[in-house]
Amino acid sequence: MTTATKKPWVEETEEVAKRIRLRVLEHVLRNNGGYLSQACSSAELFATLYTRVMSLGPSTAPMMPPRYQGVPGPDNPDYPRGGAYNGGIRPDKDQFIFSPAHYALILYATLIEVGRLAPEALDEFNVDGSTVEMIGHEHSPGVDTTTGSLAQGISQAGGFALARKLLGEHGRVWVLMSDGEFQEGEVWEALAAMAFHELDNVGIYVDVNQQQCDGEIRTTMLTDPLLERLEAFGARAISVDGHDVEALAAASAPAEDGRPLVVLANTDPTRCMNSLERRRPKLHYVRFASAAERAEYEELYETLKGTTEWKS
Amino acid sequence: MEIVASPHARNFVSWSADKPKVIVLSADLTNSCEVGVWSKTYPERFFSFGLAEQNMMGFAAGLARRGFFPYLHTFAVFLYRRPYDQLAMSVAYPNLPVRLIGFLPGIISPGGASHQAIEDVAIMRATPNMTVIDMGDATDVETCLDEIQAVNGPVYVRMLRGEVPRLFDQSEPFALNQARVLSHGRDLTILSSGICTEEAMRATSVLRDRGISINHLHVSTLKPFTDPQVVEAIDEAQQGVITMENHSIVGGLGSAVAELMAESGAAKKLLRIGIQDRYSHGATRHTLMKENELDALSLVRGVERLTGSQLGITEDDLAAVRIDAAHSETKAEAL
Repeated sequence: MTTATKKPWVEETEEVAKRIRLRVLEHVLRNNGGYLSQACSSAELFATLYTRVMSLGPSTAPMMPPRYQGVPGPDNPDYPRGGAYNGGIRPDKDQFIFSPAHYALILYATLIEVGRLAPEALDEFNVDGSTVEMIGHEHSPGVDTTTGSLAQGISQAGGFALARKLLGEHGRVWVLMSDGEFQEGEVWEALAAMAFHELDNVGIYVDVNQQQCDGEIRTTMLTDPLLERLEAFGARAISVDGHDVEALAAASAPAEDGRPLVVLANTDPTRCMNSLERRRPKLHYVRFASAAERAEYEELYETLKGTTEWKS
Repeated sequence: MEIVASPHARNFVSWSADKPKVIVLSADLTNSCEVGVWSKTYPERFFSFGLAEQNMMGFAAGLARRGFFPYLHTFAVFLYRRPYDQLAMSVAYPNLPVRLIGFLPGIISPGGASHQAIEDVAIMRATPNMTVIDMGDATDVETCLDEIQAVNGPVYVRMLRGEVPRLFDQSEPFALNQARVLSHGRDLTILSSGICTEEAMRATSVLRDRGISINHLHVSTLKPFTDPQVVEAIDEAQQGVITMENHSIVGGLGSAVAELMAESGAAKKLLRIGIQDRYSHGATRHTLMKENELDALSLVRGVERLTGSQLGITEDDLAAVRIDAAHSETKAEAL
């Protein structure tokens, strides 16, 4: 690889992606399980969104996340807002809607690697009384709205995008989705509504890793041809290599043609972790089956660490 | 009795004039839900979402988080059955000021089981952060919006359309979590909601003539359900309590009163008049009210059961004091 010819930002973003994968692997080793394949597939996606695509304000939240302070309600208006880690909502800045809430570990790892969250925050992952929940909710770092019931994020993003048009704001609304979500009817309702209301201020990045809980998408339910379906629904759909940070970033350019943008990031759910191949087709959640398997991943962790400027 | 034509249609237009953040989201039932004129008066804040209630709920959530007040207008049944997950997670969990204006509640709809919201109050009462109200007449309809708008959180409204009787004086506006006391008495307490209040008023006037003293309250707020007047009325009832609602007897007004009575240790009988845990079918409102025993005569029969007396009141007696002759003359309701 001729890294010397790469633009500095590309090298930096790729480094962030490597560290996201490593951070998640480290946590999965410590926890003896976790959403590992999603880190393999989406590390470049998160890294590119946070370092290159989204124009976010500085975090207004503490580096160590606040403890759980009750759910939202009329008597609890001041519950912690995860969106504060993305700088909150500002007219000139972008907004991030995080739809596949089970990718929370990867989001937290990303926030750590871009300096918005303390590495120690992961010690509170899935611990009772913590907001660093396994499935992110809107009090969890980086999580703006509650989307754990999949496909609700895209409609909420549509509401934000429409509000931004009505308010005359220039900030864009970015959504991260997983490809399995396109089995939900609500997604197609939302795309139709975005095209109908000409919400070209929405950009949706999709982790097309071809995986879902039951296994491979094609053995679970038909979603192909996704690109053609999206175009037919009025979206401006672009298909890219989801591990190519330059291609991911280039796809974000605005068109202002009234169409919502959908970037299909084609990814490999075992990227940089070939050992995961043996687990196909069940990659959704990794739990080590034996000490030997665990040792294999520990070795992989040391190898990956050697390729980054790792700071624990 | 005065019959008011489309009170919501007119009132909502004038009420919205000085509230630029009030917006309407509609799912292909714009004229059927009396916002056709509104949409032409305020086209810049009217948004069509087509037949897609799940997505409409999410859009409403996003808009509400940015300072808008989305008033969703569709049939009651389509606001909670199909998009319940979105309602619960996108709207109710974050306690957003989304206003769910549901038309043709209960068996008001001639559209049959698919169009009849018979368990909506049960589901909405069970939804945390939700406020639930049920309109009883034109005065309720004309005066509820300020109270709804003041609620910090989502509100579900069982709204009335078309020709709506005026049962309550215009000088007494709708008040959240405050029942309207329509008569005082010590024998029985009748708690009615929605369109059943009109039926109950017809029955109580005859019952009073037969010497039965009745405490009659119109309950328009199903959640919160902490009105002290309701507790007092239950305490005062010597021979029992009757609830009457255009809704399933499971989870609605009858259940709310039963919970209140049990928790307050009120050792007296409760009779729940309402839809007896069954689906209905497409027919006129008049027929469905009789068939589901939601009419004035059914209340009289209920009073007889509870008091153990035969009052000899007939349909003709009730017809003689009928307070809304207009209903029998209105044309069949279309969707």
